[in-house]
Amino acid sequence: MKNPEEIFKLLKKEFSEIILDLDKETPTESIILVDPMQITKIGKFLRENEELKFDSLMVLSGVDDANGTKTKDEDGSDMISGGTLSVYYHLHSTVLKHKITLKVSTQRENPQVESVYNVWRTSDWHEREAFDLFGIIFLNHPDLRRILMPYDWEAGYPLRKDYKNPEFYKGMKVPY
Amino acid sequence: MGLLDKEFSDGNIVIAKVDDLMNWARLSSIWQLGFGLACCAIEMMATSASHYDFDRFGVIPRNTPRQADAIIISGTVTLKMATRIKRLYEQMPDPKYIISMGSCANCGGPYWEHGYHVLKGIDRVIPVDVYVPGCPPRPEALLEGLLKLQEKIRNESLRKKIA
Repeated sequence: MKNPEEIFKLLKKEFSEIILDLDKETPTESIILVDPMQITKIGKFLRENEELKFDSLMVLSGVDDANGTKTKDEDGSDMISGGTLSVYYHLHSTVLKHKITLKVSTQRENPQVESVYNVWRTSDWHEREAFDLFGIIFLNHPDLRRILMPYDWEAGYPLRKDYKNPEFYKGMKVPY
Repeated sequence: MGLLDKEFSDGNIVIAKVDDLMNWARLSSIWQLGFGLACCAIEMMATSASHYDFDRFGVIPRNTPRQADAIIISGTVTLKMATRIKRLYEQMPDPKYIISMGSCANCGGPYWEHGYHVLKGIDRVIPVDVYVPGCPPRPEALLEGLLKLQEKIRNESLRKKIA
């Protein structure tokens, strides 16, 4: 069993050339910040290392950080440009009983993150959900299509903070 | 008419209007499409089970729209589901009846403002005969809704469709 600082030290030793950071300011648990293009490599290490053995991805969630510049468009609704979208990975080792949270941040305009499908098979539908609701592209995902919204939904990604719902979908009025 | 009177009194014959007979048959055997959506569906299943016993009103689930008389829209209708419900409705033979069960099916319920994926009322897609309020309605409320539907069918006429 290891605490986040020990896990971070192990990662730092293994991946000295990759940008990693430990955020201890969060009130609940420490978060390790990772480069979105290195997450597969780091995930594999976390899963296979004898001292870590993170065999379970409990949840993968997308987040709209809404930290870009906010502007109002002509009908008064919020528009966000720039800033980041993030993906959080909550890992658990069922063998060693320790936990860690990883975070990757990617550009809002072109949100691309490596898929961890080949590390934890759980991530298949979780990544599809993050793609469906936030529009985050997971590179190398074998089947990246919408999972909750209709396949032909064209109005964008509903959980983004500047999302606007359409007036009609297939002739059905959407607003109340 | 002496001969006819004698015939009738000897055999087991009841005389009724065709309208009354048809309506009685229809309202006493409402086969509902075996179809549930959300938490309301749990209440609907409870209504079907032995304690409330939907079957005593002739309501049994039928797992094909082609042989069903009614749909109980029991729960939140997403936009994705609405297209499927419309197709199911179109596959049912006339006469067909809809009970909208619970706030979600009636008007969107708690999703009325921020439910980007919810249809705000099933009556935007198919015509509803009876609305049952509640979130979710208790089995008694659903039974009341069914009795209201039966009342509606009882007053139908072959010449003029009401429900």
